[in-house]
Amino acid sequence: MDKLNKREYKEYAEKKMPKPPYVKNMIMAFIVGGIFCTIGQIILNLMKNNGLDEKMAAAGTAISMVLIGGLLTGLGVYDKIAKIGGAGAAVPITGFANSIVSPAMEFKREGFIFGVASKMFIIAGPVLVYGIGSSIIVGLISLLLR
Amino acid sequence: MAIKKLGKQTVKLENPPSIISYYSIVGPKEGKGPLKDYFDLILEDDLWGQESWEKAESKMQEECIKAAIDKAGLSSQDIDYLIAGDLLNQIIATAYSARQLAIPYYGLYGACSTMTESLSLGAMLVDGGFADKVACAVSSHFSTAERQFRYPLEYGNQRKMSAQWTVTGAGATILSSYGSGPYVKCITTGKIIDPGITDVANMGGAMAPAAVDTLVTHFQDTGLDPSYYDLIISGDLGYVGKSIVLDLMKEKGYDLTKNYTDCGVEIFDKSEQDTHAGGSGCACSATVYNSYVFKEMAKGKLNKVLIMSTGALHSTLSTQQGESIPGIAHAVAVENTIE
Repeated sequence: MDKLNKREYKEYAEKKMPKPPYVKNMIMAFIVGGIFCTIGQIILNLMKNNGLDEKMAAAGTAISMVLIGGLLTGLGVYDKIAKIGGAGAAVPITGFANSIVSPAMEFKREGFIFGVASKMFIIAGPVLVYGIGSSIIVGLISLLLR
Repeated sequence: MAIKKLGKQTVKLENPPSIISYYSIVGPKEGKGPLKDYFDLILEDDLWGQESWEKAESKMQEECIKAAIDKAGLSSQDIDYLIAGDLLNQIIATAYSARQLAIPYYGLYGACSTMTESLSLGAMLVDGGFADKVACAVSSHFSTAERQFRYPLEYGNQRKMSAQWTVTGAGATILSSYGSGPYVKCITTGKIIDPGITDVANMGGAMAPAAVDTLVTHFQDTGLDPSYYDLIISGDLGYVGKSIVLDLMKEKGYDLTKNYTDCGVEIFDKSEQDTHAGGSGCACSATVYNSYVFKEMAKGKLNKVLIMSTGALHSTLSTQQGESIPGIAHAVAVENTIE
């Protein structure tokens, strides 16, 4: 690395990297994410119409969406949807299910304890730690301000 | 005294070993790519009847070495050394393949540069009079590499446009002290060059400076011009790395535009196969050399070829700790005639 120093090279190499098709990705994320949310809304409405109260119906919807995400992952479809939908498939709760079910499937060969169970949260783990952690902090703050 | 040494990093082999046999096995995706007619065996199922991806990779390597030995009309007892490697932790795919073969074994880890690293060492063993026949082999598997270096297969994410696709396959070459060519003439061993890239989705950018360094050193040491070769082919720099090599070589006064390409660019059809910046992995260069390159040399369409596998010598831990990616490239000159 004589002529170019490392920083210059890094900038140059980054310029060489092809850019993702942002506009297409955003449109697809909007459509795919929208479809998941619409499915969620349909389930929510069905549950409410069949006699569940708001709170119960919301919980039921979340559970159903997790089931759908897990099922689509197991069938080997979710990664294909996410490839098209990007954030539209990652952000809804179905994406959370995918992030737990996919490593659980992948590491089955390493056994149910050191494989499935310990690798299950390899992707979702940080989300849980910081999600639950920050909710506790926010909860404490709101308690103090009351 | 190092009488065979030429310049800083090159050796000129006095009794150039002959490539007497070679074999390549690839997975189904590679078997649909532009080089499909050159591969010896295309698997229909990349698990190949095994219970894990790792076992499938090991089987690919073992069967590939056996087939190469068989093609030369030899048996494994005739082989003095096996020099091989792969991408997995502790090069485990190779250890299990070598376990079945019962050939004296040296395991190598040069990441994706392992094919020319093993050819270099194998050729030196033969030229030095330490061996008559050496088997050089590598393997890589998309699914074993993904789970070790990246994400679970079913995890939904979008790959970066600069990311490369690990080739599923294995390649093996048998070198011999007797034979009618092609011959391994010169070897330029690369130094580690680390340009400070930390993004594992930009392997091409991380390895390209090492490739440039090895190429420039090769031309300085041998006094040759790039136009001497019919083909200069690097391992797995992909589209990004290839374009950087062309740029940097031009800057240093070497024109590679006519006879240079990269195995990672050639092995997949970018627009049809959705492989983004091209192929990667040990088997990327190994399957291309042991199919396309050597078969075209046998036909006489190529006579002088400089093959150069490129490696990114990082680990998952070093990446998580924010360390940059050390790159390496080893060049081996293969020619149809001795003089």
